Amino acid sequence: MENKNIYEPYMMRIAKITDEAPFVKTFRLEFVNPQDAENFSFHTGQFGEYSVYGEGESTFCIASPHTRKGYIECTFRQAGRVTGELASLEVGDSMGFRGPYGNIFPVEEWKGKNLLFIAGGIALPPMRSVIWTCLDTRENFKDVTILYGAKSVNDLVYKHELKEWEERPDVKLVTTVDPGGETPEWKGEVGFVPTVLDNMKPNPENTIAIVCGPPVMIKFTFPVLEKAGFKDEQIYTTLENRMKCGLGKCGRCNVGKVFVCKDGPVFSRTQLKELPDEY
Amino acid sequence: MEPIIKIIKSASLATIVDKLKGRYPRLYAPVKKQELVELEVINGFNDIAQDYLLTTQSVKKLAFPRVEKILDYTLQKGNIQQQSPDTSNFPETVLFGIRPCDASGFRSLTAIFNGDKPDEFYKSRYEKLIIISFACNKADAYCFCTSVGGNPGNTEGSDIQFTPVDNDEMLVEILTEKGKAVADLFSDLLSDCDKPVDKQAYLANVPVVFDVNKVIDNTTKSFNNEMLWINQSLRCIGCGACAFVCPTCACFDIQDEQNMKQGARLRLWDSCGFSLFTLHTSGHNPRHIQSHRWRQRLMHKFSYMPEQLKVVGCEGCGRCSRACPVDMNIKEHLLQIAEL
Repeated sequence: MENKNIYEPYMMRIAKITDEAPFVKTFRLEFVNPQDAENFSFHTGQFGEYSVYGEGESTFCIASPHTRKGYIECTFRQAGRVTGELASLEVGDSMGFRGPYGNIFPVEEWKGKNLLFIAGGIALPPMRSVIWTCLDTRENFKDVTILYGAKSVNDLVYKHELKEWEERPDVKLVTTVDPGGETPEWKGEVGFVPTVLDNMKPNPENTIAIVCGPPVMIKFTFPVLEKAGFKDEQIYTTLENRMKCGLGKCGRCNVGKVFVCKDGPVFSRTQLKELPDEY
Repeated sequence: MEPIIKIIKSASLATIVDKLKGRYPRLYAPVKKQELVELEVINGFNDIAQDYLLTTQSVKKLAFPRVEKILDYTLQKGNIQQQSPDTSNFPETVLFGIRPCDASGFRSLTAIFNGDKPDEFYKSRYEKLIIISFACNKADAYCFCTSVGGNPGNTEGSDIQFTPVDNDEMLVEILTEKGKAVADLFSDLLSDCDKPVDKQAYLANVPVVFDVNKVIDNTTKSFNNEMLWINQSLRCIGCGACAFVCPTCACFDIQDEQNMKQGARLRLWDSCGFSLFTLHTSGHNPRHIQSHRWRQRLMHKFSYMPEQLKVVGCEGCGRCSRACPVDMNIKEHLLQIAEL
């Protein structure tokens, strides 16, 4: 169903809330109107505008994979006005969702390749969508490696899923925390993501690297991949800029002539290199 | 359609306004407010400003209001109901006496709002506009429409255009089917043109100051020319006045307002000149200094829009320069870029 009013959100009901880390929660959202649920579809990589009625809208990725139907999930950190109100909502409460917007991870093109996922902090959510998409169709891909780092052990999100990935024989998971963020029981790596990645000596052959994290992590991770022999077209990332409409109209998320909301948020490093430094 | 050319006595304007007002109660025209000229609903011909260059603010608010309610809802814990405002009943609205640069300004707004996912609010409001423009027989030093593809008698975007000519007469160009239907209201006052009228001879002289294609090329090439943007914007205080008076600036914000029982989501004018415009919650700001925000303003209008929407996002009305509290003159800045 095409909404005539492009700003009218789907009415969603919170079906499940997971506390991921301090101030970080995951909501599972189900469509209040069954017709909406039936007509809705998205693809991994896309995002939406999530709203608390009375407070406004916030932009997050869809953190669940498109291989799982009937609901979407979002993970957010309580940081501003809207996310502050979102955090106070409970299971059963209503909220709004507009989307899906933006382009997608080209997972079809990655069939038959090794996948190397590199994520930092609260940037695991967009990666989680594409990781599960690939794991739900695991037979399509060769080796799957996930490197995930956070400031501290406490700040790692999706702890249950990390455990699940760790136990899977068909996934290699490496977790790391920043120096000083470890606990006595911590069995993972200690060090920043780029350093840990360097030590892993990633093999670029027939491999796609998907990088998502804070700008500083991305900045130091690309050279490591480059040194390891990854070509620009083997590296993907997903950008985030402040957005309001999600439709290429409100005029704030552009990086040069490229609208992150319409032309992105997924970019290959080849595309990224053509963009000016405005993100 | 092929324009229909007629002649009318200037003295008949009052009668025309009466007839229009009778048929279209929402008749907007320039009204003098001390030193300002505002576009307002008039009661009669006498309300209309006698002598004006152009309205102080652009006319975009008639299709893109400063505040547009885009969603209504009632708030009750556990039972939220939402409703989209009805866009089917926006009233027919006549804009009488606006300038050609304002009429053609809707081209940019339409390209932005009616693109691949049309904004129903803009689209419905714009469809209900009847635009009767007056060609310019005078201009000031801020005007530069002829440098960006316009001219003082540009008919683009108008349904009817009046041009004052000799002998207290006006040339009437009926340009669209909509205009034709409106002109039928006062067809008894229109007479045929005996001989061709040289419209150009009666228009203001607005010299071309730069080649717009040079501006487009050089802007596109100058993204990394930091000193250019810094020098041009050193005195910019980021007030956003330029964007608010601009006939083509369309950037907006979305905010909610509520009173615990009910609320509304609003689409509001915004400006790329504001420091908060692109600020992330994390504190990171992709356009963290004013020169980058000034660069965005010019790149958007003279590089991104021409490439993606095939329109130049500027009509040369000069309002931004007139409104600027620190006297930045866009005409001079564009000339500098053209001469790079």
